[in-house]
Amino acid sequence: MDISPDSMIYWHIYGPINLNATIVFTWIVMALMVIGSWIITRNLATGAELSRGQTALEVVVTTIQDQIREVTQQDPRRYLLFIGSLFLFIAISNLLSIVPGYHPPTGSLSTTTALAICVFFAVPIFGISQQGLRGYLAQYVKPSPIMLPFNIIGELSRTLALAVRLFGNVMSGSMLVAILLAIVPLIFPIIMQVLGLLTGLIQAYIFAILAMVYIASATQVQQKQKSRQEEKGKQ
Amino acid sequence: MEELSLIGMVSVITAGLTIAIGSLGPALGQGRAVSQALSSIAQQPDEANTITRTLFVGLAMIESTAIYCFVVAMILIFVNPFWNAVVDMVGQIGG
Repeated sequence: MDISPDSMIYWHIYGPINLNATIVFTWIVMALMVIGSWIITRNLATGAELSRGQTALEVVVTTIQDQIREVTQQDPRRYLLFIGSLFLFIAISNLLSIVPGYHPPTGSLSTTTALAICVFFAVPIFGISQQGLRGYLAQYVKPSPIMLPFNIIGELSRTLALAVRLFGNVMSGSMLVAILLAIVPLIFPIIMQVLGLLTGLIQAYIFAILAMVYIASATQVQQKQKSRQEEKGKQ
Repeated sequence: MEELSLIGMVSVITAGLTIAIGSLGPALGQGRAVSQALSSIAQQPDEANTITRTLFVGLAMIESTAIYCFVVAMILIFVNPFWNAVVDMVGQIGG
């Protein structure tokens, strides 16, 4: 039994570089997303008659936009690309696990670590672009300078938690099905797989929301000051 | 061979204990969180959206402790470093 799709090697290229199942299935998911969105957005319409695909995509995009707006209380357009692609990639790679022979790339620690590192770097990028280098760095000493090491450790540990949470959930789902196939192969694996679909979607949602919360916490200080000034202006 | 069976025995027992104890605390915590969220939804049904979202994020935070224990248990069973080291050593001596 394999603990991760990293160890299933399809093509050995050179030395430590090889083509394993994680990379192959990541490429498959990427190709599916790119080709699907290209086919749907090829002829967009603004009239009364919309194609099915456009309606579906509009529902997805507006839902993500609404969620971002509710969490951050800011304009969602700035974060839509990053958070939306995180959510869609994780959701699709988890949902495709009902296809036989497919191994979700999110069930490998290297994929989830890569996604978590993206979030780790996105937080300072969005934070600095919103409130400048000074304002962003001032957050680390916010309650008092004693909290500086704890803030830095928190930044690192939440990245680790983000990676291990997604990996653990997806890996446990596929491993549970594999174990059940050996014990009760008739109906129970299907029930667990349905549960796995639900868990996969919830994990994608949680990953995106947590990334959004982290980014929002790095960009929100100025927002509060601004709204205070607005309130003063109104009075 | 003696060391190998000892390492295997201790790893399996520890993996079982890890997942048993490690799932106990998060289970209690999640139960409390869900019951609180349900009663607050019952009191304020208008705020159900916000409460549900916060509940999910909180549950994910609580659950990650159980997931850490699960990952440690899986490492102990499937990719145990001590087991591999001893197997390598025995292989070197034997070969």
